[in-house]
Amino acid sequence: MSNGGEQGYSAAGEVSMLKARRTLLENIWRGLKSAPPTALFGMVVILIYVFFALFAPLLAPYGEAEIFDLSYAPWSDEFMFGTDQLGRDVLSRLIYGARNTVGIAFATTVLAFLIGGSLGITAALSRGWLDDLISRSVDVLMAIPSLIFALILISMFGATATNLILIIAVLDATRVFRVTRAVSLNVVVMDYVEAARLRGEGLSWVMRREILPNILPPLIVEFGLRFCFVFLTIAALSFLGVGIQPPTADWGSMVRETAGLIQFAEYDLTAAMTPMLPAAAIALLTVAVNFVVDWFLHKTSGLKDEH
Amino acid sequence: MHPIVRTILQRLGLGLVTLFVVSLIIFSSIEFLPGDFGQAVLGQAALPETVQAFRTELGLDLPMHERYLDWLGGILTGDMGNSFSGRGSSGGADRSRAVIDLIAPRLANTLFLASMAAIISVPLALFLGITAALYRNSIYDRVVNALTLTTISFPEFFVAYMLILFLSSFTKVFPSLANISSDATFWEQVYLSALPALTLTLVIIAHMMRQTRAAIINLMASPYIEMANLKGVSKMQVILQHALPNAWAPIVTVIAFNLAYLVVGVVVVEVVFVYPGVGQLMVDAVTTRDVPVVQGCAMIFAATYILLNLFADIISIVTNPRLLHPR
Repeated sequence: MSNGGEQGYSAAGEVSMLKARRTLLENIWRGLKSAPPTALFGMVVILIYVFFALFAPLLAPYGEAEIFDLSYAPWSDEFMFGTDQLGRDVLSRLIYGARNTVGIAFATTVLAFLIGGSLGITAALSRGWLDDLISRSVDVLMAIPSLIFALILISMFGATATNLILIIAVLDATRVFRVTRAVSLNVVVMDYVEAARLRGEGLSWVMRREILPNILPPLIVEFGLRFCFVFLTIAALSFLGVGIQPPTADWGSMVRETAGLIQFAEYDLTAAMTPMLPAAAIALLTVAVNFVVDWFLHKTSGLKDEH
Repeated sequence: MHPIVRTILQRLGLGLVTLFVVSLIIFSSIEFLPGDFGQAVLGQAALPETVQAFRTELGLDLPMHERYLDWLGGILTGDMGNSFSGRGSSGGADRSRAVIDLIAPRLANTLFLASMAAIISVPLALFLGITAALYRNSIYDRVVNALTLTTISFPEFFVAYMLILFLSSFTKVFPSLANISSDATFWEQVYLSALPALTLTLVIIAHMMRQTRAAIINLMASPYIEMANLKGVSKMQVILQHALPNAWAPIVTVIAFNLAYLVVGVVVVEVVFVYPGVGQLMVDAVTTRDVPVVQGCAMIFAATYILLNLFADIISIVTNPRLLHPR
């Protein structure tokens, strides 16, 4: 999405506004133009994060776990944000962290949606004992706060990246299940769903082609919120030392490793900022996603308070 | 039977069933340990007889349901077994400690921290919510809204370190380490745990404040409020005497939910401030895979969380006039 290209399309878009049907790109552009500054800010921040995550090896001055002979180096030209307790460049680890932390959180959210979403639609379609069984198990799983549950499961299976993704995905799938089931209950009673089933379409076809398109907007909103939640949970677990394990660069554990520097704020302000950088990186992304979700929610709910 | 009693009994029953299933899940965590964990706990040099004795102590030679009943009975009478750590292989005495001895003093600390956060945050949230509703759409309202929204999307440790940076590193107002001990006086303890309590307050205040504001604003459109306005009651009186009594139900529910959330928030905050509470104990136990301690802490957290949520549920039922006065 280069800026120049969008500008060109906008001119064409203005002319063809009169036409009843607009292309997808024009619709996106019209949506973007009406977006409030907070949402635009959020989108720009998210794009920057994605950019850093994709091109981390090209952008980082040093390697992810490259160790220099200088631990806790101050901020300088050579190490822009100094080095950590083992002598690894903080800036490089911040950039790689975008890939690892955000990547793992994203993968977890996608997995949670695959599990929770398909279970939710299945429960809404089949009703009866299957629905009851899944709903009651979800009730129980949701009765314990997910951080505590994650801690129990990690003590059982050990803290590896795969375990972390699976555990958080299953725990968060419960929330996704509830939302999906609730919204698809309104859709499964529609005539077109019955028609599809009567003409003999299979369960997965009905799920994908009849129900999913109709429940997509609330699910997208939920995806944003879930992502924030998963992201914060993983960051918290890594901060506690039971999440993403070293030497993988990860913002939560970076905060933990350099937190001691904060005591020296009055002598060297920049040193005290070192642990704040990864923490701020986490905070900024959650705020950005929240801004975008807020706008999207506003748009899809049909509330119009500007005009 | 009055329908409201029936609903409450149903909720209580559901809560008990949930607690039962949760205890089953927590109990079964020991089943998932690898088969040779006895060796791992006792060390490579442990004799086969010692390992066998250790397995017998844990009851691994008994069928699972017997063990579960034993374990549950133990929990209910305050005996949670012995910690895995401190079991040396080098002969000598068993230096492991009872889980209950590890948890009990820390539980008091955690409760102290949580209640301190609750005592600060609940009145503050109510005050902010009511005043924000009173001066709706003013700059004050917007600032309060924006601030609470930002703190809610920040991770706990970010809020905590910001507070440390500004209130401890720059201005030495509060200490950054909350290593309270039992021989400190009450006010010393309050002083030491000020920053962790403040962090928790900032984390939970947003929901309560926004719910208070929304509940009151929702009611402001009702005819009876308009009537009060028309007959010349002051704005403050309208909110305090006419709107608030009817807004209590949603507000109290959200307060109970957020107090339940303190259970989770306390874990991270305790680790940041090295506060000797149950949360830190649990994280340490998870790191060393000390299953009995994890089980004990998890049971406490889960039970508190479930009970507070149950409490919130029951309050929302009891305060619902439609259920109170059925036709």
